[in-house]
Amino acid sequence: MGIFLFFLLAILCVGGVLGMILSKNQAHNALFLVLAFACLGGLFGLLDAPFIAAVQIIIYAGAIMVLFIFVIMMVNLEQGIAPEKKRWTLGLSAGLAVFLLVELVLAVRGTLGSLGRTGGQSIGGPTELGRLLFTDYLYPFEITSVLIIAALVGAIVLVKKKEKE
Amino acid sequence: MEMFWLIPFIPGASAFILAVFGHWLPKKFVSWLACLSVFASFLISLVSFFGLLKVSSESLPIIKTLFHWVQSGTFQADFALQLDPLSSIMTLVVTGVGFLIHVYSVGYMGHDKGYKRYFTYLNLFTFAMLILVMGANLVLMFVGWEGVGLCSYLLIGFWFEKHSAANAGKKAFIVNRIGDAAFILGIFFLFLIVGSGDFRAITGAIEGGAITQGMATLIALLLFAGATGKSAQIPLYVWLPDAMEGPTPVSALIHAATMVTAGVYMVSRMNLLFTLSGVAGQVVGLVGALTAIFAATMALTQNDIKRVLAYSTISQIGYMFIGCGVGAYAAGMFHLFTHAFFKSLLFLAAGSVMHALSGELDMRKMGGLRKYLPLTYPTFLVGAIAIAGVPFLSGFFSKDAILTQAFSQGQYFIWALGLMGAVLTAFYMFRLVFLTFFGQERLDPHAKEHLHESPRVMTVPLVILAFFSIFAGYVGLPVVLGEKANLFSRFLDPVIHPGQEAHLSSGAEWLLILISVAVAICGIYIAYIFYLKSPRTPHRIVARFPKIYKLLYNKYYMDEVYNAAIVRPLVKGSQIVYDKFDLKVIDGTIDGTAAATGFAGKVLSLFQSGLVKDYALAILLGVVIFLGYLLF
Amino acid sequence: MIPVSYFFGLSIVLFVLGVIGFFVKRDLVTMFMAVEVMLNAGNLAFIALAKAAGSPAGQVIVFFIITVAAAEAAVGLAIILLVFRQKKSIKAEDMRLMKG
Repeated sequence: MGIFLFFLLAILCVGGVLGMILSKNQAHNALFLVLAFACLGGLFGLLDAPFIAAVQIIIYAGAIMVLFIFVIMMVNLEQGIAPEKKRWTLGLSAGLAVFLLVELVLAVRGTLGSLGRTGGQSIGGPTELGRLLFTDYLYPFEITSVLIIAALVGAIVLVKKKEKE
Repeated sequence: MEMFWLIPFIPGASAFILAVFGHWLPKKFVSWLACLSVFASFLISLVSFFGLLKVSSESLPIIKTLFHWVQSGTFQADFALQLDPLSSIMTLVVTGVGFLIHVYSVGYMGHDKGYKRYFTYLNLFTFAMLILVMGANLVLMFVGWEGVGLCSYLLIGFWFEKHSAANAGKKAFIVNRIGDAAFILGIFFLFLIVGSGDFRAITGAIEGGAITQGMATLIALLLFAGATGKSAQIPLYVWLPDAMEGPTPVSALIHAATMVTAGVYMVSRMNLLFTLSGVAGQVVGLVGALTAIFAATMALTQNDIKRVLAYSTISQIGYMFIGCGVGAYAAGMFHLFTHAFFKSLLFLAAGSVMHALSGELDMRKMGGLRKYLPLTYPTFLVGAIAIAGVPFLSGFFSKDAILTQAFSQGQYFIWALGLMGAVLTAFYMFRLVFLTFFGQERLDPHAKEHLHESPRVMTVPLVILAFFSIFAGYVGLPVVLGEKANLFSRFLDPVIHPGQEAHLSSGAEWLLILISVAVAICGIYIAYIFYLKSPRTPHRIVARFPKIYKLLYNKYYMDEVYNAAIVRPLVKGSQIVYDKFDLKVIDGTIDGTAAATGFAGKVLSLFQSGLVKDYALAILLGVVIFLGYLLF
Repeated sequence: MIPVSYFFGLSIVLFVLGVIGFFVKRDLVTMFMAVEVMLNAGNLAFIALAKAAGSPAGQVIVFFIITVAAAEAAVGLAIILLVFRQKKSIKAEDMRLMKG
């Protein structure tokens, strides 16, 4: 059952991303990405991290992608933009991507054999997570809140239209 | 006498002050400072001289080490000045005659716009020359050697806006430098063997047998080569006639009394070395004799009053080297001493004549001047008589001493050359006198209008020098009058280790004296005939021997020979090296490096496309490579 | 149950896909989306490892990553908007001011 779910979610996710790459319409791209994120959320749930799964769906699929869609609508292009046409950058980046793939696989192969399966220990639910956040990881937590405020103010200031006198 | 080490530094300090502040100092102050500083040095030299007389010869030389100058491993050279009979005589000459010339210059250069610069250089020269003669080791002497060379360049090319003057200055410096190269080699070799440049050390080494005869010959010849440059002997004399482009007092001081005699001083200082190597002494004597005759022949035909005196100087220094070459260093120094007086007198008097004639120096435009120049004429005449070797004046005693010594050492060839030179000397000097002061007036009318005797500040030094030209010889009376008669020679004994001074019978000596006198009178008489009695005679002789005249007048074409054989190939070679190597290789490398860098920059700037994607590509590439490195 | 290596393989595939997407697309917004994909691939890897090692620290870091990604997306999109207002285009090759 778990494996079946995994493969389903995995294929949907990859399919979403592929769709995002292949489609020319930005709105379609965004929607495909929402699908992919949702599946990722499911995968997180599969990995026994319900809080993160929820956060992923709410924030990523919910807030961030909505932001994207807002911007796409504001940009308001008539037609989509064709993908990259320049030959050599395409070729080079494709080649490098393949390389990267190979390397990552190689890198990962050695260590993972020892890690075994994901049955086993629980990684703690929201309670545990909350406790960690407020004790061991307090500083990053607080600083992150400052970061969010900065981003908030920054985004507003940047985009605000100048008042016409 | 303990203050003897101050002697160079008073003019030196004066030169410094004039150099730094001269621009703002009033002219009168400059004149007083410059002259008084040299006079002060002269007084100290005098006091030191008398102090020396009281000192026993064992405590000589008296050395004052001012500071340790060079200390590099085993090589050590101190800034040390020494006082001994030889340096004392030289300081007296340099400061005494120098002082008189400074005073004269106040009048002569009075209207020159470079007045203050002139005195700065003159003081600087005095400083350098004094360092040269008072240095206690070869290194310090060489510093002075180079210093006077520099000042000579500065003063010859004093009127540097004139091309000929600037070129003359350059020529002097460069030709000197050639000699200096040999000089330095000699110093190096000496250092190698003795381990020090200190004169006492060298003397000790020679007496201790550390130097072989062969090495001594090599070193002595190298040192003498330097002396030929500085003292204008064959083959490096060519700069001296051109040096007459400088102001006349400069010619008097540097190219008559002091700098050009530095070579003689050096040889005398190193007398043990030259005596040790018999060959070097021979060479010195021969070169001196040949130069004496050679220059005298060229003086016969010159029309420029200063050129005659220049060739005369070359010739007379040749005599000094004859003295040194045959082992009679004291005689050579004696001639240096008397020559300083009468040659500077002649130059200054010639300057007076030029001053009177508003700058004319061609003798063909002079004549009959004795009526108009009541002080210049007699003093000039005294100088001419002295140099001709007429008895009872100083030149007679010194020249005679040299010739007698040459004969008694068995150097008959050299003696004969010296004698012939004496005839020529008397002849050309009196030719000069007759052409300038006697005979019909061939003056330029404009010059004649302004004809006037020189001011006192110029004529008084002339009179003083004339006085010494007459009486200075009495300190060196011929030995024939008694063993102790030659005070000069006896004074120099501690320094000049008497070689095998052969003695002639007094009869032979009297005979030689008589021959010298006869020769001098002969020369004067012939000049009288040629230029007073029958003035057409010279023209007739020139008409009969036109080729010889041309050869002499053009100085044997030596300048042209040097130019073709040495100067041009060097210039051409330099040009070729410049084109092939300097321009192409060196500049090419530098420019090439710059071009390559620029090119690299251009190529690299292609990567800066401004496109985010390209940058991201680069990052990706980097990550891939890095991961790859980590993995493998 | 499910081997960690499967999750890792998925993570790698997603990451590489994100890279390809970044280079293939020409408009800024979609390129940005590809960056988000890459980030998420990283998140997946973290959680998988956390589960395998039994450590809750993996969740914590993913929490932070998501937060920061959100902030970054906000600011980045604001900038894209600004650029669009100036240049009237969101094509990446039109942003050439830094050339040379």
